[in-house]
Amino acid sequence: MTTLAETVSDSVTITRRNLIKVKRVPDLIVFATLSPIMFVLLFRYVFGSAIPIEGISYAEFLLPGIFAQTVVFGSTITGASLADDQQKGLIDRFRSLPMARSAVLVGRTVADLGLNVITIVVMALTGLVVGWRIHSSVGEALAGFLILLLFAFAISWVMALVGLLVRTPEVVNNASFIVIFPLTFIANTFVPTNNFPTVLKTIADWNPVSAVVQAARQLFGNTAPSLETSNAWPMQHPVPYVLAWVIVLLVVFVPLSVRTYLRTASR
Amino acid sequence: MTNAVVVEGLVKRFGENTALGGVDLTVSEGTVLGLLGPNGAGKTTVVRILSTLLRPDAGRAEVNGLDVVTQGDQVRATIGLTGQYAAVDEYLTGRENLEMVGRLYRLGSKESRLRAGELLERFELTDAANRPAKTYSGGMRRRLDIAASLIARPRVLFLDEPTTGLDPRSRLGMWEFIADLVSDGTTILLTTQYLEEADRLADRMVVIDKGKVIARGTADELKAQVGGERLELTVSSSRQLGAAAEALRPLAQAEPHRDEQTRRLSLPVTGGTETLAEGLRRLAVTDVQVLDIGLRRPDLDDVFLTLTGHAAEESAAEAEEPAAPTAVSAGASR
Repeated sequence: MTTLAETVSDSVTITRRNLIKVKRVPDLIVFATLSPIMFVLLFRYVFGSAIPIEGISYAEFLLPGIFAQTVVFGSTITGASLADDQQKGLIDRFRSLPMARSAVLVGRTVADLGLNVITIVVMALTGLVVGWRIHSSVGEALAGFLILLLFAFAISWVMALVGLLVRTPEVVNNASFIVIFPLTFIANTFVPTNNFPTVLKTIADWNPVSAVVQAARQLFGNTAPSLETSNAWPMQHPVPYVLAWVIVLLVVFVPLSVRTYLRTASR
Repeated sequence: MTNAVVVEGLVKRFGENTALGGVDLTVSEGTVLGLLGPNGAGKTTVVRILSTLLRPDAGRAEVNGLDVVTQGDQVRATIGLTGQYAAVDEYLTGRENLEMVGRLYRLGSKESRLRAGELLERFELTDAANRPAKTYSGGMRRRLDIAASLIARPRVLFLDEPTTGLDPRSRLGMWEFIADLVSDGTTILLTTQYLEEADRLADRMVVIDKGKVIARGTADELKAQVGGERLELTVSSSRQLGAAAEALRPLAQAEPHRDEQTRRLSLPVTGGTETLAEGLRRLAVTDVQVLDIGLRRPDLDDVFLTLTGHAAEESAAEAEEPAAPTAVSAGASR
């Protein structure tokens, strides 16, 4: 039986391997940094020029939303990379080694968490340049970032399963695009949901992405008393709602992904 | 001699398709078993079961006395696997690849570094050691892949078509490396569709087709199953084939086989070189112009053709084992 120490050590080995790739493939760095900068600028100046937000600048409203969207998109790398490893026979190699059975997936999701940290730092700096500010304490601000990263980590495990099942990186990318785009747009990410049609508004209110954004806004102090918040329970209690989602996603998808890892390559 | 690998009644189905229909085989410690068969015969499935990647539907498989299903962890600690496609991380350097695998075999980082250095040297990769594997040629990647599977000094090594897709020179080099391993006492199960490769490297062979063993034995035993030597000659014009057959018929064990297209005549004979000399004397008194004449012992291609009814490489067009990585198509180049 593999001990916890061995599992940790194997996961560290795999995480390192994945991060070396980030270092050696400039495209990844570009994806992880340039595109968030572009999004911040585009939304800030294109949408921001037309969307008035009651009591707060659009930059302040936007940044928590775009953080959430970007880290959720970032987690698709987990699926694409696993599909790639599978295609190249690396998963077979790992599975023939006496290593911990969860290490390949843990190492993958942790490395992608690292990538998301880089992305968030770059976006936050860009945000500060275009007028975003944090109005809360350091502790609250850190909690805001933490909740974004926790949610992205949980989504990574969903993507891990997708990557193991789908088997080609391109398909993983396209498939997740179809899901993630509506998931991050039918939410309070870029505009207030007040004027959404009823059905969409209900979806948006219960969409975990909305809760992540709402939690981040509260924790960064990017809200205003005049800014109307929905009365739906998740919008009133975004932090516990997000944490509940994170726990449920991890409890379901960690074992499911590990089981699929052990089987997929073994069909 | 003890058996390092024991396989009994192995069955594996993929949906409707029976990949293995009850395979038995053993590999004695320190020897090389060549597992031969066309594409889709089930060779890779056997290797994948033995390396714990697949669970058999029925039957038993043991490696180093350990059951591959119930003692998977222990099995994995004592084996090395080199799959059909060189499974190296393209973005890591050769050295990083080996050190990573070493650590995952739990050698510890110092021992991993040491072994990585040794193996890079042995597989002539020292110069490329600090370059990402992406920049390696096909032959270098294969060498790196085999080096990775050797890092923990496995007692049993599985090589699944180790030279498929390599150019002839790299293949010869790979054969030398494999021969070296054997002299170190590593037990090897080698799958291949190149009969020359099996002839050269394997002590014993098992031929499978459509998931069943159809022959087993040493190369000589297999060749003996097919028959003895043949006298073969090529004449300058197909019109002379008749005269040549006429002249040589008394020496033949059976009716000579004519091929008009290649202007070749082939007849089963006994008596070796004396028969060859006698054949030449008989041809000399005719006006047949002989371009080329010789005695040929059957090679494994003949064995294959006789046993399976089709040549090794034309193969059944049926899908190879579904889980095989969609990488190089096996047997495309030789």
